[in-house]
Amino acid sequence: MMMFNGPPLGAAKSLLVALVLLSLAATTHARAAMAIQEVNSSSGMKAWLVEDYAVPIVTIRFAFRGGSAQELPGEEGLVNLMSGLFNEGAGDLDSNAFQQRLDDVGAEMQFNAGRDAVYGYMRVLADRKDEAFELLRLAIEQPRFDQASLDRIRAQIVSGIMAGAKDPQTAAEVAWMKAIYGDHPYSRRQEGTAQTLAAVTTSDLKAFHNRLFARGNVIIAVTGAIDARALKRDLDRIFGGLPAHPFLMPVAETTPKLGQQVRVHDDLPQDRLRLAYPGISYKDPQFFAAYLMNHILGGGAFTSRLWNEVREKRGLAYGIESSLEISDHASALVIDTSTRPDCAAETLSLIRAEVRRMVDEDVTEEELAAAKKNIIGGYTIGNLNSSSAVADTLVELQLKGLDIDYIDRREQLIQAVTVADVRSAARRLLSAAPALMIVGPPLEGKKALEGKKG
Amino acid sequence: MTWEAAAVEAPRGKSEIGNFMLSNGMHVVVIPDHRAPIVTQMVWYKVGNADELPGKSGIAHFLEHLMFKGTKKHPAGEFSAKVSEIGGEQNAFTSSDYTAYYQTVTPESLGTMMELEADRMRQLVLTDAVIVPERDVILEERRGRVEAIPEALLTEEMRATLYQNHPYRIPVIGWMHEMERLSRGDAVAFYDRYYAPNNAILVVAGDVDTGTVCRLAEKTYGAVPRGRELPPRVRPQEPEQNTKRTVVLTDPRVTVASFEKSWVTTSYATAEPGEAEALDLLSEILGGGKRSRIYQELVVRQGIASSGGAYFWGRSLDPTSFTIFGSPLGDAKIQAVEDAIDTEVRKIIDAGVTDVELENAKNRLVRSVIFARDSQQEIAQLYGEALATGSTAYDLQVWPLRVRAVTAREVQAVARKYLNPDRSVAGYLLPRANTFSGDQKR
Repeated sequence: MMMFNGPPLGAAKSLLVALVLLSLAATTHARAAMAIQEVNSSSGMKAWLVEDYAVPIVTIRFAFRGGSAQELPGEEGLVNLMSGLFNEGAGDLDSNAFQQRLDDVGAEMQFNAGRDAVYGYMRVLADRKDEAFELLRLAIEQPRFDQASLDRIRAQIVSGIMAGAKDPQTAAEVAWMKAIYGDHPYSRRQEGTAQTLAAVTTSDLKAFHNRLFARGNVIIAVTGAIDARALKRDLDRIFGGLPAHPFLMPVAETTPKLGQQVRVHDDLPQDRLRLAYPGISYKDPQFFAAYLMNHILGGGAFTSRLWNEVREKRGLAYGIESSLEISDHASALVIDTSTRPDCAAETLSLIRAEVRRMVDEDVTEEELAAAKKNIIGGYTIGNLNSSSAVADTLVELQLKGLDIDYIDRREQLIQAVTVADVRSAARRLLSAAPALMIVGPPLEGKKALEGKKG
Repeated sequence: MTWEAAAVEAPRGKSEIGNFMLSNGMHVVVIPDHRAPIVTQMVWYKVGNADELPGKSGIAHFLEHLMFKGTKKHPAGEFSAKVSEIGGEQNAFTSSDYTAYYQTVTPESLGTMMELEADRMRQLVLTDAVIVPERDVILEERRGRVEAIPEALLTEEMRATLYQNHPYRIPVIGWMHEMERLSRGDAVAFYDRYYAPNNAILVVAGDVDTGTVCRLAEKTYGAVPRGRELPPRVRPQEPEQNTKRTVVLTDPRVTVASFEKSWVTTSYATAEPGEAEALDLLSEILGGGKRSRIYQELVVRQGIASSGGAYFWGRSLDPTSFTIFGSPLGDAKIQAVEDAIDTEVRKIIDAGVTDVELENAKNRLVRSVIFARDSQQEIAQLYGEALATGSTAYDLQVWPLRVRAVTAREVQAVARKYLNPDRSVAGYLLPRANTFSGDQKR
């Protein structure tokens, strides 16, 4: 449950502007399953499209495979920095001119870096689409990475890194990633460090851009007021000038290192607790069994076992959740909560007990049925509730290598999971001794920390 | 249709937005959107933490939590289980002026959700068994959201300094020492006083039509008896703001300093015609993003700040606030950032804004209206917020026209009237090792 004083600070801008509602002139009911079209352009680009004219907006989301995990040691932060520079000028337009044009056209454009991909996004009113897409083409194909922009954006990122330099939570995050992923690229800070960023030059950025941004490497989803024919042409326009193939380094598969503790002691009002167990990939046959298991354990907000035991019955925490964190080359099941220091040992014991119960006992048929209903029904509500969310989801599905009919098939895959399947997934994921992170005052009483297996 | 035509279509042409009152006084707004089989209902109560009794800070938010505890008909956990069963999303939020509850579900489930929400409007069962652990939950919430975060602590202190008399000075979550003592009696009294259909607004956005919502609402909320008449929400008002105040917070976790400055200003509910719209445009031009004066001058041209901007929260029942902020970059001093921001404010007071930047700012604000139509929750939120703070559905619909009508002179006038540097509150978040002298180093 949330609470805020006036608007939350970060949301103030978006809230103040949008005060009028218009007739949402929809003439048809979209009750049928959402129609996803696959659009193939002549230059070999492919996109998933959901056409919709209810609001005169076109949204495009895309991802170039290969994110910060492509950086070599010493290059940390390069991809993140590059992502901050795409709206800082392209082609003949310097930063100021480019941003002025974007503003005149009324388009939103954004790039951000992930571990496994660089994500891009543009949203524009339908009648300005062609001008906006031309700016998007320029940004993708001919970013300038001018020295002045590079220096400014780099300084902003470094300032952010410095701001966290004495923050125990930041220190803990850094130590945690190092601890569970060791030398793997996933252990590195995506924003880099002051040292690695200082070394970055325009030509480094150009080289990286050339490696990552290729036709054979991009995943695209489009929603809104545009048809397949127009999109075909636009795909060629926006992406057609890119090289055919990327140059990506192979990234090793890895698993989080368990059975260890990361502790950052500080005089904080709460202890933050995090436990990591092995995870599971989307393509694993046991994926949905694990997904349902996680939902029952701590993934279902307001209804999970951890929620009930830790928050509802005992008031030990404001929030507690478990989640499956899945990247291209690693996965983990992670439990997170914060509680006041004198309750931290008790909370940790409760978490361990619930984890053990999941391994030792079957879930009930009722629990499983409720979890199935939730994750079947929740897909539309959680993933398809706006055209931006739809586009997001369609990019994610393609990144995961799932098929265009996945949304339809998903329900059967979930329905097929049995109580025994859930138990088996629990044994597979939750039997090991987890990695544990504690940030805050030292826990009182040693008992909770000793926790045997599970 | 051009985007501009789309933005002003509603007041001119057919509006599908339903807007009616149940016989027990509950206001209902329906915003059909048939793009996906999803619907959001929000129930807004016209009560927030600025309506709390002295000494009972946090009770509005505490009650928000307790609303999930069950009724005689639907015991604790059942509401959440029902929402979860259909994969719905639900939550609630409390502000100074309102408290709202929402669920996003399939259209088939809307009737059930309305029944559940109507049931807990009057039938909540509050026992010490549910009060005590939930009070621990809100104390944890305060520790996590406020006490653990230096920025949040400064914001809290800034508000307590900015508002000298108005209850906006009190944090929505409450002061710790008062929260610890909130009792069952406090919760029941607050609930009985404010939770009633005639103090509530229902906003439904999504794949439904007004007729259906009307029928369902009559059957569910309509069956809840009207509560007692509430007096007008007259809160203690601010005295004349006539001093320059400073709040300094040092914290060992802070490495990079930051600065903000706030003024009490008029809100949409209290403004002279056009003033609130002018303040929205002023905040956009002064500090609304990368094209704004503060960003361009401090971040791009001078390179002395890593961030900087302004914001104005117009949707409040009583006079609200306007804030500017910035953070120094590299070796720059916080004083240099403050001076540069003050200079930008002064420039607008003295010389006004240009027609081009005014036009661009108007375009951005009006355009956002269309982007906002993409999300049901956003739409429902905007309506609820406006109606709970004294605006009407019509006010919302003509907002783009009112923004369009603002002149450069009017933007300058609100800057001059409200952003007086001698009557402001400045807040500084500083590293612990330094004392504030305006030239601390990292």
